[in-house]
Amino acid sequence: MKIDRQTLGFWIVLLGLIILVQVLVSLGILSPFWETLLKIGAVMSIVSLGLNLIYGFNGQFSLGQWGFYAIGAYAAADVTYRWTQMKNASGLMILLLVVLLVGVALYLVARLVSRLRGLDPLSAFALYIIGVLIAAYIGVQLGSLLINPVTQALSALPPNLSLQIVYLLAVLLGGFLAAEVSYLFGLPVLTLGSDYFGIATLGFTIIVKVLLDNSDTLLGFEEMKGARGMVGIPKVTSWLWVALFLVLVIIMLRNLLHSSHGRAIISVREDEIAAKAMGIDVGQQKTFAFVLGSFLAGLAGGLYAHINGFLHPNTFNFIKSFDPMIIVVFGGLGSISGTIMAAFTWALVLEGFLRILLPAGFETWRFVVYPLFLLVMMLLRPQGLFGGFEFPYLRQVLPKPYTPKTQEQLSLVHAVEEAPEGD
Amino acid sequence: MTTQTSLSTQPSSSNGHPLLEVQGLTKEFGGLKAVNNFDISIYPGELVGLIGPNGAGKTTVFNLITGIYVATRGSIRFKGNQLVGLQPHEITRMGIARTFQNIRLFPTLTVLDNVRIAYHTHAGYSTFDAIVHNRHYQKAEKELTEKAQEFLSVFNLHTRQGEIAKNLPYGEQRRLEIARALAASPQLLLLDEPAAGMNPKEVVSLMDLIHFIRERFNLTILLIEHQMRVVMGICERITVMDFGEVIARGTPEEIQNNEKVIEAYLGRGAAALSQKLQEKRSHVAGS
Repeated sequence: MKIDRQTLGFWIVLLGLIILVQVLVSLGILSPFWETLLKIGAVMSIVSLGLNLIYGFNGQFSLGQWGFYAIGAYAAADVTYRWTQMKNASGLMILLLVVLLVGVALYLVARLVSRLRGLDPLSAFALYIIGVLIAAYIGVQLGSLLINPVTQALSALPPNLSLQIVYLLAVLLGGFLAAEVSYLFGLPVLTLGSDYFGIATLGFTIIVKVLLDNSDTLLGFEEMKGARGMVGIPKVTSWLWVALFLVLVIIMLRNLLHSSHGRAIISVREDEIAAKAMGIDVGQQKTFAFVLGSFLAGLAGGLYAHINGFLHPNTFNFIKSFDPMIIVVFGGLGSISGTIMAAFTWALVLEGFLRILLPAGFETWRFVVYPLFLLVMMLLRPQGLFGGFEFPYLRQVLPKPYTPKTQEQLSLVHAVEEAPEGD
Repeated sequence: MTTQTSLSTQPSSSNGHPLLEVQGLTKEFGGLKAVNNFDISIYPGELVGLIGPNGAGKTTVFNLITGIYVATRGSIRFKGNQLVGLQPHEITRMGIARTFQNIRLFPTLTVLDNVRIAYHTHAGYSTFDAIVHNRHYQKAEKELTEKAQEFLSVFNLHTRQGEIAKNLPYGEQRRLEIARALAASPQLLLLDEPAAGMNPKEVVSLMDLIHFIRERFNLTILLIEHQMRVVMGICERITVMDFGEVIARGTPEEIQNNEKVIEAYLGRGAAALSQKLQEKRSHVAGS
């Protein structure tokens, strides 16, 4: 495969920056404070890329991203917490089997519903709920059976390695759990028009926050400690982990968007009725974008939980659900490069530079400076920082101009004459 | 519906079953009957016109056939399959494509992407193939792109492939919309006022275009149009609607002389006037 110069340049710069940060951290030049900010920037990039897929590319105004982020964070945190503090793999095995079986159940019910033509949406939704509840129950029972053997197997490994394995699985499972919840939530809600969808998803974020406030009593997860905040999560997320996930997410989104499936997603944003008339299943595309975007949110949540080792429901307050929205709009709707740059700018400037630049005692004024900045930005450059611009690798390349090869193709060119002159 | 001139006019090319058969189609919006008891049969290879004054329900008929609205009553059969109750994308996949009265391109995408989206249902690779960009993806994507480019070349748009659709001149946007509809490889093409807003020169080239695509792609075409020049020039059979009902059917000549049609378009007085004129003319011719 031939790699063009610009793509090569993009990869050299990207990987160079990642390695540079790691070297600076290892040498102790970059303080832990700035390292954390960089990690949060990368995590926010992933959440916002997910939202950009939903809002920027698919055109669905969603404020639910933060709720899925919370689900991913708490789910992953619970798994690693149980592994490190309670020395067993109960969280891992139960979550693994629940996610697996619920996934299978969703798939089977979806096939069943597509076969039963003319089923009204409410009954279909009820079928989904029943299927998921049964699958989740079986998942919990089967998972409990597997706890002991898996705990023993993992304990046989070096402790650091086993922790990394549990952590990696936990992060991925957090993402999948968020994706499954978003699928269920999206079934009734995705049929709503754009603004109504926004309000419904905002409602979802609020529900998640309230549930987390009562996670110890209502949900029965005592280790989550409800509104007091969850402590004791191992701080395993290193810069290299977040960078790896970010790079993978970038490649995945870029490849998807540069394909026919990506174009189908974008066509929904452009004109829903025209997309339908072109044979595109608009509902399916909306669901796919929403589920994939939520998966990224859940993934990012899992990474975030292991940065500070501390989670509090207030972090997932609905007010903060506007943060990814701000980043996506600030970076430019429908621009991968813009979203990433905006996420890092947001993390570094808001918590980093502004804290340093503002005089002592005025730190909280950064929440005045930053909205003012956004205001000016929207007035001067409403299309966002990057507009539609993309870095070389992420940019869509036009195919070569058309040259007819066969005689038949040649005869077809200009087959439709322009209007005769001087009519 | 008693005085229809020639309800039973069979097209010359009628071979066996109609491609599209609409019977007793009715659509009510609240108390308003937008379409009432509408019938039409279209045979393979025909070019049929659907005309009528503003608000007669022509576009509603299109929206009913393509599944954007669900019919209150009646049946729509395409190649023998019932379309009522199907989703718009399912109907498109069965072989019906359309254009819109007010152009509906994908405005901020390139000309090439507009056509490539229509190929999505024939893309032939999975989401997974797309995400890993494997060999299968590369092959299918290359084929798809070449097909789309070939298509654009037919419509004289291949030099514009990188242009953003909304920046094209009006006539080219219309052409692109037709190209995109054809890329979905339909058997029946529904054109909703394709000549709207075109100057006479563009109208002539549009008529050529419609003739050409019909031959080239073996199409059956149903056309809504206001410009009599277009309708009379290219349609073989015409159905006239007013207030949601069919008021006349026939060949262009029959329709031109149909009193009810003239009345619907120009009002009662005009109909009388036209009759007077006609009498005068025949008198002159006779003497």
